[in-house]
Amino acid sequence: MTVTVNGKPMELPEGLSVEDLLARLKIRREFTAVALNREVTQRARYAETRLAEGDKVEIVHPMGGG
Amino acid sequence: MYDTSLWLGGKEFKSRLIVGTGKYPSFENMREAIEASGAEIVTVAVRRVSLPGQGESLLDYVDPKKYTLLPNTAGCYTADEAIRTCYLAREAGLGTLVKLEVIGDSRTLFPDVLGLLEATRTLSREGFTVLPYTNDDPVMAKKLEDAGAAAVMPLGAPIGSGLGIRNPYNIKLILEAVTVPVLVDAGVGTASDAAIAMELGCDGVLMNTAIASAKDPVAMATAMRLAIEAGRLAFKAGRMGKKLYATASSPLEGVPEWTS
Repeated sequence: MTVTVNGKPMELPEGLSVEDLLARLKIRREFTAVALNREVTQRARYAETRLAEGDKVEIVHPMGGG
Repeated sequence: MYDTSLWLGGKEFKSRLIVGTGKYPSFENMREAIEASGAEIVTVAVRRVSLPGQGESLLDYVDPKKYTLLPNTAGCYTADEAIRTCYLAREAGLGTLVKLEVIGDSRTLFPDVLGLLEATRTLSREGFTVLPYTNDDPVMAKKLEDAGAAAVMPLGAPIGSGLGIRNPYNIKLILEAVTVPVLVDAGVGTASDAAIAMELGCDGVLMNTAIASAKDPVAMATAMRLAIEAGRLAFKAGRMGKKLYATASSPLEGVPEWTS
């Protein structure tokens, strides 16, 4: 299935969870948040939240700004 | 120094200087400058992680146990985007104190005050401590306060312009219009600009570029810390009245006569 992660289309195995995706991309968990199709995904729901074809995922963290 | 503290969202702050984390030559230089500024509140942006992950993190250099983080909604052009960004920041563990920006125009980065007001209302209701970046308009400042803003943050001049406090009279009117803290956000270019904001009676100043883009950010951060303290003290001390003509400082009586 194709899922867009931070604006980049990615070919991922069917039924991958948000938890799996973060592990696969080696994302640091501390101070990171995820939005799936515009809605914030709660940390506690990462494992049970399955991705589907066409999903849009945003993974964010703090960066320099004013 | 006799002074009261700055209170935001039920939290007490001794420093009245809030600093950003953008545009520094290096993370290490940023860390030193923030330390020198004495700031207790530090602004951060919320952005996509680079893929694959595991890069250096800003928070390796700004200890969230030591500083209160103030996530911003820079780059948001609608209330909806700004609100979602705040939810993301909260979920990321950055807290509920937010610098709310709803930008109306990319060239001036002036706020879209209609979107700002809407987002302030929603986020305040959702339990956020909202610090909206607004223009120097006392009417809008009052509306933001009524919508639940915990402080109002009028611009002194456009973001990153370094033009200083362009309309001190409007800032004064904002100070009269609201009871929440007034923090000048944007426009400060050098130490005297920060001092002017504080002399007007502002409760604090938020700045980023003035420090980060100085030739020596650590030295400028120190200058800003001193300017904020000097301006605050001058405000508390109460300045003398202005007069058009000279008034002698030395007694007019008892001047010796030299005529023969």
